Amino acid sequence: MHKLGCNRPVNFSALASLPIFHAGDGEGFVPPSLEHEFDPPALFFVDTPFEMNRIILIRLIGALVLAFILIWYAKRKQLVPNRRQSAVEMLLDFSRVQVGHEIIGEDKADRYQPMLMTIFLGILFMNITGVVPGLQIAGTSLIGMPLIYALFAYFGFIFAGIREKGAARFFKDSLMPAGVPWPIYFILTPIEFLSNFIIRPLTLTIRLLMNMVAGHLILVLLFLGTHFLYFQLSGVVGIATGALTMIGSVAFFIFEVFVGALQAYIFALLSAIYISLSISK
Amino acid sequence: MIGNIATIGYGIATLGPAIAIGVIGAKNQEATARQPEVAGFLRVNMLIAMAFAEALGLIGFGAGIVFGA
Repeated sequence: MHKLGCNRPVNFSALASLPIFHAGDGEGFVPPSLEHEFDPPALFFVDTPFEMNRIILIRLIGALVLAFILIWYAKRKQLVPNRRQSAVEMLLDFSRVQVGHEIIGEDKADRYQPMLMTIFLGILFMNITGVVPGLQIAGTSLIGMPLIYALFAYFGFIFAGIREKGAARFFKDSLMPAGVPWPIYFILTPIEFLSNFIIRPLTLTIRLLMNMVAGHLILVLLFLGTHFLYFQLSGVVGIATGALTMIGSVAFFIFEVFVGALQAYIFALLSAIYISLSISK
Repeated sequence: MIGNIATIGYGIATLGPAIAIGVIGAKNQEATARQPEVAGFLRVNMLIAMAFAEALGLIGFGAGIVFGA
């Protein structure tokens, strides 16, 4: 109940029952629900630990496509690359130079290149399945895959530090940074432990997961909204707002491709930064 | 009041990361304008800082999903 300039209160909740918000066939708009989007019914091996639903099949397809592309171009490599091979080489070089050499340094990066390239290309292909028509759900939108990549990066930087500096020196350098007076270590060491060994894998996981979940929910909302507004809401209002949501869905589709690539790059970049912090003297 | 308070919580959680990302982007533009030859180097640092700031906003979104009804 709100008071306008006049003396009697006005109830705005009556607006919701105006005819323009009612569908032509009497059904309302059903927004996407989390269970329907991210927990599809199991298809194969039901009720066993290997039960596969649609999302796991999409992850397998993404992994097979990635493996196929890389193996195909590795077996047929030519010294003077044709156009497609140079496209694949650009992708690999992006991970090797921009992530590896820039962050870790050209002399030390070679032993970490496979790990960084796995992370970058794997997450890139898993994110791109979110915009491929037909698949349309990112392989990284359930927590398992970002968690595995984050644990890979986590144990990667810990083992890199232990192999480079020895376990005692690595943990001492991480937990007790130099250059502070000794009483501060009582507060600083738990904070550093929390920040370096607990928060890092958690934020890596949840950054990737939530970017993909949020992007998928907005895309589904826009597509379903366009369908509802065009086909089930009669009148000019439906077509006009449906045009808006259609333009929005195209724009957000392009944005989602960009976000998928950016999140893969950021994951690989942060893994490289953690490795370079672990191995720095 | 009808609706979910988790969405209000998420709405408040977007304020901090929004301001942070705006400031990071603005400072990056300013620094690139002052010295364009280090633009690539500045861009990498901007992306790192933006990743950290955006993660907090997305943790707010996730907390709303996990703890909401």
